[in-house]
Amino acid sequence: MYMMWLNFPGQPPQASTFSVEWDYLYYFLTALTIFFSALIFIVIFYFAIKYRRRDKNEVPPQNEGNLPLELTWTIIPTLICVFVFVWSAQLFIRASSPPASATEIFVVGKQWMWKIQHPEGPREINQLHVPVHVPIKLTMTSEDVIHDFGVPAFRIKRDVVPGMYTTEWFEATETGQFHLFCDQFCGMGHSTMVGTIFVMSQEDYARWLASQLNSKPMFVSGERLFQQLGCNTCHTPEGKTGVPPLEGLYGSEVKLQNGKTVVADDAYLRESILGPEAIVGYPPTMPTYQGQMDEEDVLQLIAYVKSLGPSGERKATKQ
Amino acid sequence: MSTVAVEATPTLPEVHYLNADYGWRSWLFTTDHKRIAWLYLFAITGFFAVGGLMATLMRLNLVEPQGLLMQPSSYDKLFSAHGLIMIFFFLAPSIPTVLGNFLIPIMIGARDVAFPKLNLLSWYIFMTAGTVFMLAVIRGGVDTGWTFYTPLSTTYANGHVLSAAVGIFISGFSSILTGLNFVVTIHKMRAPGMTWFRLPLFIWALYATSVIFILAMPVIAITLALIALERVFHVGIFDPALGGDPVLFQHLFWFFGHPEVYILILPSMGVMSELVAAGCRKRIFGYSFVAFSSVAIAAISFMVWGHHMFLSGQSLYAGFVFSALTFAVAIPSAIKVFNWTATMHKASVSYDTPMLYAIGFIGLFTIGGLTGLFLGSLGTDIHLHDTYFVVAHFHYIMVGGAIMGYLGGLHLWWPKMTGKLYPEAWARFACLLIFAGFNLTFGPQFILGYMGMPRRYSVYPPEFQVLNVMSSAGASILALGYFIPLIYFTWSAFKGPIAGPNPWGAKGLEWTIPSPPPTNNFDETPIVTEEAYAYGPQEAHVG
Repeated sequence: MYMMWLNFPGQPPQASTFSVEWDYLYYFLTALTIFFSALIFIVIFYFAIKYRRRDKNEVPPQNEGNLPLELTWTIIPTLICVFVFVWSAQLFIRASSPPASATEIFVVGKQWMWKIQHPEGPREINQLHVPVHVPIKLTMTSEDVIHDFGVPAFRIKRDVVPGMYTTEWFEATETGQFHLFCDQFCGMGHSTMVGTIFVMSQEDYARWLASQLNSKPMFVSGERLFQQLGCNTCHTPEGKTGVPPLEGLYGSEVKLQNGKTVVADDAYLRESILGPEAIVGYPPTMPTYQGQMDEEDVLQLIAYVKSLGPSGERKATKQ
Repeated sequence: MSTVAVEATPTLPEVHYLNADYGWRSWLFTTDHKRIAWLYLFAITGFFAVGGLMATLMRLNLVEPQGLLMQPSSYDKLFSAHGLIMIFFFLAPSIPTVLGNFLIPIMIGARDVAFPKLNLLSWYIFMTAGTVFMLAVIRGGVDTGWTFYTPLSTTYANGHVLSAAVGIFISGFSSILTGLNFVVTIHKMRAPGMTWFRLPLFIWALYATSVIFILAMPVIAITLALIALERVFHVGIFDPALGGDPVLFQHLFWFFGHPEVYILILPSMGVMSELVAAGCRKRIFGYSFVAFSSVAIAAISFMVWGHHMFLSGQSLYAGFVFSALTFAVAIPSAIKVFNWTATMHKASVSYDTPMLYAIGFIGLFTIGGLTGLFLGSLGTDIHLHDTYFVVAHFHYIMVGGAIMGYLGGLHLWWPKMTGKLYPEAWARFACLLIFAGFNLTFGPQFILGYMGMPRRYSVYPPEFQVLNVMSSAGASILALGYFIPLIYFTWSAFKGPIAGPNPWGAKGLEWTIPSPPPTNNFDETPIVTEEAYAYGPQEAHVG
């Protein structure tokens, strides 16, 4: 019990580049809250004491109001709001735009665990090992209900929604272990859908990756699935009529049947694999694979298609 | 300086609405708006007790990081039922159906609401809804949270989602009818001379609330019906496995849900204006600004729903628009706070219980409103979203604001409703206890949220324990604070000293008639010749 008071919490660890930027706005808003609350409190107490009712029958002089005063306390809060809006919108844009150089890691939420896949192959459950000082982009989806991947030490959080990919990113600045929480109520095991982020030095991380035996890169697993599921009977390297070539597809622009053009990114590929009846730009001859594979398989297939890109390089994906 | 005469030795009127008729039929089949207010008062006090007991159990469980009392599934059912009961069966009806029912006709100089039988029907619908919902809770409860997020609620939750949803669905009709009744009453039943700008600000606030009732409640009814369609017939609307879109549900839910939040707080703002005016014996500073801010809040409240969804996979640009509109809705709330505060300038500030609640409201609502900025701004919401910071914020508005306003109003008009006074010392003590207990309960939750503790967790990492223990300790003080008024109000109804028509020396039509009022309120239709809060000559300059 005594120890409990010794560890009185004040601030979560500041362990990412974003956490520092985030905390500045938080401090500013906290100061604003304290200033205005204190102002109102002091004025109320001053008025309540100075103008207290001294006689039970007294009635004070009346007044109507004051237009300049009304305008003052409308305009000043409005200006403050505009200032905070612009600041916080910039912060949000930064949180929503992973740098193009970011390393991609894949997250699948499932009642009640986090399944992580590194492109190099290692898979983890409720743990995420990452190197320090490297921007990491998480591409996330859910097998069942909506979850939310939140890391307080990095001040990041984003819903993990079934049927779509969402992304978030961070660049850790401290090595150590940090909480991972599911922040969106997802059923009975919600409060146990927690994990640990291990931020390691880059050398330790390389050693950790190498120590993960039996793990093949994601695109290799994807290639095996590609063959097992018989995708290669139509999607041949030579190409067949009516079958889109997969080489160089990832990151290229695709013309849809409704005339619109989209970039063939993760979301486009996922949609094309699971729901061919959707607008993918080709005649709907491919059967749907919905229900035949889980989200992790889909991610591996996408990694395979990605590896067939002209340069084999990762391109910035737009969500 | 002018004075008002506070009656020295008041007497009870011989015949009034409480003793005009006896027997259970005279209550259960009454069409008197004042008696219907009592029917609601009893019902919602029961719901408040149940919802409060659930909160107490939850706080008790959170004293230990591993959970002191119960399994996670029981905890989930408790917070779901706590939220649903408090929102749909206590807060939403609280001020409108008790104080609104009692006061709207009297304040505008009418003998009853426009549709007295519809008013009684609203209560029966409400009780049916409450019964259906409580049966669902007793049979095993619902474990989706009050938000029914899909596809958890449609595909994965095992609880009694459908019967709970049916209860909420039915309760919406009660609110719609009440809203309709109030709107028509305020438009058509005002006494001669009672122009719109002579209306007490309580009426403006309840008018705005009623409009939201009528527009928002159908949306939740439709949304719950869609959940039923998907859950029972597997029509793919929200579950992506069936071809639906889970984010669509959030759009529909919050299109109702955010206006609903203003349904809960606007009436309390209306009560606040009456508490401050009576407690200061002064016209509310900037009457028209306060009146129009209620209308502005009601209008903008329908355009901010997306601020619950910044992180839900909604587009970046939608986030910008919703964040900007959220700041816009904060301004009218701030205007109200400044005007109430300015009313106290050179006033005659009483220290009676209603004014103490008003002062408490201003303080807590200010904190609740300012912490809302953290969540309405896109950047800060990222880390605080779905944490205890959110829980603390909305309890400062819902409990610190809405319930303080409700209790303040109950204390101001209790002498009118019963003709009796309550023990002032006990009432002040309970008010202070509630204020202190409230801050101890929800203050630490702001820090918990910043530390990153997610809401709706039945177990949590040990470093969050100390703040949770503080919060739970506060909750026990808060519970005691709420219990005391129950005792002294009950005592007062039977044994309290006689109040007389106007114990506060306040202005308003309700204070011109006997306490308790006669069944018809006014023997003769009053003719209104002055503005609300006409405590003395305008613009008087006294040195």
